[in-house]
Amino acid sequence: MTDSNVLLSVEDLHVHFVTSRGVVRAVEGVSYQVRRGEVLAIVGESGCGKSVSSLAIMRLLAKPAGRVVHGKIMFEGVNLLDLSDEEMRERRGRDISMIFQEPMTSLNPVLPIGLQIMEPLFIHLNMTQEQARARAVELLGLVGITDPERRLDQYPHQFSGGMRQRVMIAIGLACNPKLIIADEPTTALDVTIQAQILELMRELSRKLNIALVIITHNLGVVARYADRVNVMYAARVVEQGTADDVFLRPRHPYAMGLMRSVPRLDRPRGAKLETIEGLPPNLLDPPKGCRFAARCQFRQDACAADPPLVEVEAGHFSACLRAGEIAAGGIGGETLVREAGGKREGRAGEKLLAVKGLKKFFKVTRKTGTFSSVESEVRAVNDVSFDISPGETLGLVGESGCGKTTVGRTILRLESPTAGEIVFKGQDIAKLGSAELRPIRRKIQVIFQDPYSSLNPRMTIGQIIAEPLLVYGIVKDKEAAKKRVAELLEGVGLFAYMAERYPHEMSGGQRQRVGIARALAMEPECIVCDEPVSALDVSIQGQIINLLENLQKKLGLTYLFIAHDLAVVRHISDRVAVMYLGRMMELADGDALYAEPLHPYTKALLDAAPIPDPVIERARAPRTLGGEIPSPLRPPSGCVFHTRCPIADESCKAVVPEAREVKPGHYVACLKV
Amino acid sequence: MFGYLVNRLLLMIPTLLGVAVLIFFMLRVVPGDIVEVKLRGDGGNVTQETIDAERARLGLDRPLAVQFGDWMVGLVTLDLGKSMWTDRPVVEEIALRLELTLQVAVMATIIAILIAIPLGTLSALFKDTWIDYVVRIVTIAGLAVPSFWLGMLIILALLYWFNWLPPITYTPFYVDPVANISQLIWPALAVGYRYSAVVARMVRSSIVEVMKEDYIRTARAKGVFEKLVVARHAMRNAMLPAITVIGLEFAFLIGGLVVTEQVFNLNGLGRLFVQAVSRNDFTLIQSIVMLIALVFIVTNLVVDLLYAWLDPRIRYGGK
Repeated sequence: MTDSNVLLSVEDLHVHFVTSRGVVRAVEGVSYQVRRGEVLAIVGESGCGKSVSSLAIMRLLAKPAGRVVHGKIMFEGVNLLDLSDEEMRERRGRDISMIFQEPMTSLNPVLPIGLQIMEPLFIHLNMTQEQARARAVELLGLVGITDPERRLDQYPHQFSGGMRQRVMIAIGLACNPKLIIADEPTTALDVTIQAQILELMRELSRKLNIALVIITHNLGVVARYADRVNVMYAARVVEQGTADDVFLRPRHPYAMGLMRSVPRLDRPRGAKLETIEGLPPNLLDPPKGCRFAARCQFRQDACAADPPLVEVEAGHFSACLRAGEIAAGGIGGETLVREAGGKREGRAGEKLLAVKGLKKFFKVTRKTGTFSSVESEVRAVNDVSFDISPGETLGLVGESGCGKTTVGRTILRLESPTAGEIVFKGQDIAKLGSAELRPIRRKIQVIFQDPYSSLNPRMTIGQIIAEPLLVYGIVKDKEAAKKRVAELLEGVGLFAYMAERYPHEMSGGQRQRVGIARALAMEPECIVCDEPVSALDVSIQGQIINLLENLQKKLGLTYLFIAHDLAVVRHISDRVAVMYLGRMMELADGDALYAEPLHPYTKALLDAAPIPDPVIERARAPRTLGGEIPSPLRPPSGCVFHTRCPIADESCKAVVPEAREVKPGHYVACLKV
Repeated sequence: MFGYLVNRLLLMIPTLLGVAVLIFFMLRVVPGDIVEVKLRGDGGNVTQETIDAERARLGLDRPLAVQFGDWMVGLVTLDLGKSMWTDRPVVEEIALRLELTLQVAVMATIIAILIAIPLGTLSALFKDTWIDYVVRIVTIAGLAVPSFWLGMLIILALLYWFNWLPPITYTPFYVDPVANISQLIWPALAVGYRYSAVVARMVRSSIVEVMKEDYIRTARAKGVFEKLVVARHAMRNAMLPAITVIGLEFAFLIGGLVVTEQVFNLNGLGRLFVQAVSRNDFTLIQSIVMLIALVFIVTNLVVDLLYAWLDPRIRYGGK
């Protein structure tokens, strides 16, 4: 293609990393183009090569391990790989900018923000101090930071995560680049802040005609913002096309599986997620032929040969030998089978767990002098009430700092509540001592977020699972424990022989299964799941969610499911509670809450969360919630949400709204509803 | 900032008090006293009355509490008393030695910094190349070679090649700078080599760490010159751990250079300290210990202030 509009053209890129264990082929034969002013998304799971291929464009691969072994990167007709280091440095920041994933660590902590923004202006545009400062003020205004003059002299730690990402964008825009590469720009941010940042980037890219390459694993983000999409799997591009092509007519089984394994905000609680079984291949020793064949339900003998990326329709490419059959509807056309309204009736009236007026305040002391200090309180959880019936799943959603994790920890009695009741099977456990708690601890177990740090690296999987069995005397001896461990491992979809392994020998998804087996070892009735899938890749996430649902059905478990991902919560929960700054905003039946949110915060959250369907996304009005989440040290008076609420008035600043039952089973804490 | 400084200075009082109590009573718990050593040490035949009289003269026959109180009053009024051995004022005994020791320590620190920072940086930037290997061998040697042995080598080399020996008697800097420096540069070098090895290794590892940070990648993505990436973005962050090591080493040099002082025949604080201990000279030991404690505390304070100056997160009491 000789399109004069093409800004960047990556041709047959191969990147290798030399490690002590061998050569990792991180990117293999990737080709794509970016046109001026367009938004291209690169999606894929961790380790698929999406970030590496973009770092290669910037020529910022970690030296000396990573290097481009083959291919061309043509930018405005020049092959970037042929440039000298100095010529490349001149282009970085001037023609191509990059925005990174971690706003918390991507800015230099010891230099003022102003200098960090002005640096490329001095270097590339030879501006004077005054000119650069004026431009920096202009840039901060552009990215929506108020009081830019004063903030220029501040340091990164004085900015919130969202604000730091705005600063990163300002740095990226400084020299009016032609291309911005954004590597997971909003993954570390809350959903309302994510929406603000992405809206900002899209708006700026349109206004200034800057091409954007967004690297992400979030399909919703892709659907909302991308013009064109590259789907990558195991170092290769497997599908390429416009957003509509890829989302509505996926022509590669991996892309199809990916679309189906994501829980969606706009779908009611279904029976089961379709998942892609298995794990991505190890790039140290990738399989021959189609990389996806081992996990593909449509594989044939011919898949043992490398499938080329072929055009299945104008501008739409797929690297599947059977793309034609998929297009013709021959295979893969099956629609999702979903149980209509899969709501389970809890045993009416009976409550397994009831939380009433729960409060948890943390004391924070700040030293002000040798012998004096100021004590203040973080109101992590403030007056939260809900109950859970046996066999039910209650979802607890909210952004970071809303207190959802503290609620879970308090119910587990890892924290002692400041006030309130926690009634478990008729007994208030809020004030029990550790001896009285022992039998109850068995019945309420926990699954943690991070499968990497929550398993002791020095213990085998078998030891980790057997430990509580022996401590609580659930099994008689080590022999019995071994048998039980094998049973548990098989129950969570692992194999008995894995008991001998250490955590580092297992993948993230497998470790999370171990975490689940450990919780199940105690034969609990209730499990607090604290962000159990948020550290996992999309296809693995689906597997774990299905496992949790199957176990619930089989063992009659009750879940308190804590998460920030609204779609995941919707998928798994019977009822959903929404929290903000330590307070409960809304509590309702899941489908009712998503179909008809009543609280303005719930509405804003749902508006901010993108749905992986470009047609639906185009139809939605782009509304973003402004402002930042206030510090829980100094929560706003009255309704804690009034500072960001679109419908708040004077009365909201004065009165703390009580949760009222607006409809049967639908509680809302808002004066205006 | 001012409040912080006052706060830190006030906190020095309980720390020093703790040191004073510990050293005072530990000395009294250990058997043997100065009068015995002084009068009977050489096997002299002295009557009990003489000993008692000497004890009374030194005030050692009074109750411990009274002795301690007396010493405390002395400390507060900066009257450190007299050496129990020589009867000369402690301040006088220490002053001259401290001047010398402090000068060696400062010179060694300057030498160490001048060697360590370029060497450590170079080693980090050329990690796993021959430059790095050479630097690592040189610094490992610095850790392994005792300073006094290196000192002996230096003296031998000067004698062998230049047929010259550094002056033996101490000349203060303000009397004759040239004579002063030509005497003290050699012990400072001997000590500074080991010192620089410790610091260089710290500088190397912290720069290696910092160069992996996300903000270094950001700086490169902005098109910042590689030299500026190191000088502006990496060095300042990497200096923080190095400063801690420099501070600790500096404080150690005050009173820790016994053998090196012996080799170069310097009348430093270390030698005085050993002498005082072997003579059970209570007042002198106590004073030197208090001095060393003070040096440690002040050095730490300076290190913390440097930290605050380098790192805004500390300066503004970040989250």
